[in-house]
Amino acid sequence: MDFDYFSYLFFGGLTRGSIYALIALGYTMVYGIIQLINFAHGEIYMIGAFTGLIIASVLTMMGLPSLAVIIIAAAAAIIYASAYGFTIEKIAYKPLRDANAPRLSALISAIGMSLFLQNYVLLAQTSDFLPFPSLIPDFEFWEPYSHIWTSAELVIFITTVIVMILLTFLIKFTKIGKAMRATSQDKTMASLLGINVNRVITFTFVVGSATAAIGGILIASHIGQINFYMGFIAGIKAFVAAVLGGIGSIPGAVIGALILGWTESFFTGYISSDYEDVFAFLFLVGILILRPSGILGKSETQKV
Amino acid sequence: MKLYFKILVLSLFVLIGFSAPGFAGDTIKLGVAGAHSGDLASYGIPSVHAAELVVKKINAQGGVLGKTVELLVEDDVCKPEVAGNTATKLVSDGVDVVMGHICSGATKSAMGIYKDAGIIAISPSATNPDLTLSGEYPNFLRTIAHDAVQAQLQVKFATNVLKVKKIAILHDKGDYGKGQAELAQKYFTTAGVDVALFEGVTPGAVDYSAIVMKVRRVKPDLVVWGGYHPEASKIVTLMRKKKMDTLFMGSDGVKDDTFIKVAGKYAEGVFATGPMDVSGNAMAIAAKKAHQEAYGSDPGAFFDAAYAATLALLNAVEKAGSTDYNAVMKALKSEYVDTPLGNISFDANGDAIGIGFSVYRVENGVFVEQK
Repeated sequence: MDFDYFSYLFFGGLTRGSIYALIALGYTMVYGIIQLINFAHGEIYMIGAFTGLIIASVLTMMGLPSLAVIIIAAAAAIIYASAYGFTIEKIAYKPLRDANAPRLSALISAIGMSLFLQNYVLLAQTSDFLPFPSLIPDFEFWEPYSHIWTSAELVIFITTVIVMILLTFLIKFTKIGKAMRATSQDKTMASLLGINVNRVITFTFVVGSATAAIGGILIASHIGQINFYMGFIAGIKAFVAAVLGGIGSIPGAVIGALILGWTESFFTGYISSDYEDVFAFLFLVGILILRPSGILGKSETQKV
Repeated sequence: MKLYFKILVLSLFVLIGFSAPGFAGDTIKLGVAGAHSGDLASYGIPSVHAAELVVKKINAQGGVLGKTVELLVEDDVCKPEVAGNTATKLVSDGVDVVMGHICSGATKSAMGIYKDAGIIAISPSATNPDLTLSGEYPNFLRTIAHDAVQAQLQVKFATNVLKVKKIAILHDKGDYGKGQAELAQKYFTTAGVDVALFEGVTPGAVDYSAIVMKVRRVKPDLVVWGGYHPEASKIVTLMRKKKMDTLFMGSDGVKDDTFIKVAGKYAEGVFATGPMDVSGNAMAIAAKKAHQEAYGSDPGAFFDAAYAATLALLNAVEKAGSTDYNAVMKALKSEYVDTPLGNISFDANGDAIGIGFSVYRVENGVFVEQK
């Protein structure tokens, strides 16, 4: 019985952790390349979910099979969210970068963008909660386990792992990945060596936004409802997860997110959910005292 | 010449001095405050519609005390930190009486400001018991029964009809939700029901697996939820997806059509307490029809209560013969007025006499009253 309960909580934490991770990946990648905390990331996630809902509703009305619906809706959400990521970077961050503005200005610009997008969706769509269809079908082979871990949770976890592996591969082993790492180390030097730094940064934003859109669709179809405010709390938690794992590190984001998910889940299960957030953040402070740059973060030596 | 000029200036000032209160007295200013945007707009918008309809009707009949009634609508997005500003704005705009606010937390933070300004407020929906029972808010009245009434009804229904022995209580840690949950805990314990779990969850969290697992571990007959519908639909959906058929009961925060819309098929069989069905009341029928004509849709939650609150306020001002605090308060607590909720008045605490709650169950996508 007690082992069963432990495993329930373990899987509950894994779900939560995978959800945080899916959002944290985009956060940490953008930070890794241009050292900017993109607070609008949570809103991109929300916009991804809204696009997915609109497209999915239209396609379902047209009577398409569910697999086609989820693939087309996901593709549309990724394209739409990427376009937002592209535009945000061009409007809110590039002018500041060109003007050599301090990093704090870009951060404020990011917060502004986040508020703008929230309110834009509030006005353009609705302030109400909208039902989100369960796009992920209940797999038959998974049926015996679905009382512990639903198919949707399984899909979220697997997607998180795949996205993590693809992003690591992209950054470590491809040409554009090499350019991204070079840009991250030294923008001026990279551009002297013939790397189009602006294009690399735009690409980073587009990829980051695409991961957020995937997260938006999967998570919304797991929770079953969306509204304009959903990106905020999810974004904050994902940001914490990214910091915990070592911001800038792709596997770090996933590890940080899983640790945060498990901490919350076990604390809720064995002690109380009343102080779940308090405990999660105490834990964060504890880890950051021991490892100031996060679990997998590199400590940078400042040259004076 | 100089003297004439002085007299002219003086008389101008005197004129301004006299005319200012004259302008203010031209209309009766009725403030409407509540959540008109944001997550909980679906609770607040119906109250604005109700006020608009009542005011339109009364103005067409010659207004109150021969003056037209003017509406001042302010949004507090259901947040206590915003409600203070909302109240200050209404007071500085010179409101005479207020219909609102919608959420209990926001109402609490606004009442102090109204009290200092000598303004009476009637809420159609703030159900926290402290608002009337603690005596801290003498200028507060409401046209909805407070939460303790709902908790007592929940216990009665759960023990007599559902025959539960063991329950779990969850809440959203908010003023309204936690208040509901604590009352439920108190009355269920008194009734001899085992409250196996009592916990708060974080509203807006991405996932409630852990708490749902915890509920499953204690195997309750019934989960009682204290809070609003967004979290309720998330928790119910997750419970059903994890193959749990435990009964689920909420209070009027759940009895909202958005809950059924969002939770869909998972909403089936969920119990919720809510204001008594007044669909047989002639005034309620007329009000509903007026709403459909004016806004092209069915009225939402708390519409009838807001309609009643507005009528009670304006009726009291008429009976009192002025907008004086003591006179209006006396009229509210002594005069009965016909409303969509029936013939109502207010007791010494400020709670309405003549209204109540029923238990509803979701059946085929609608809330059905349980006898």
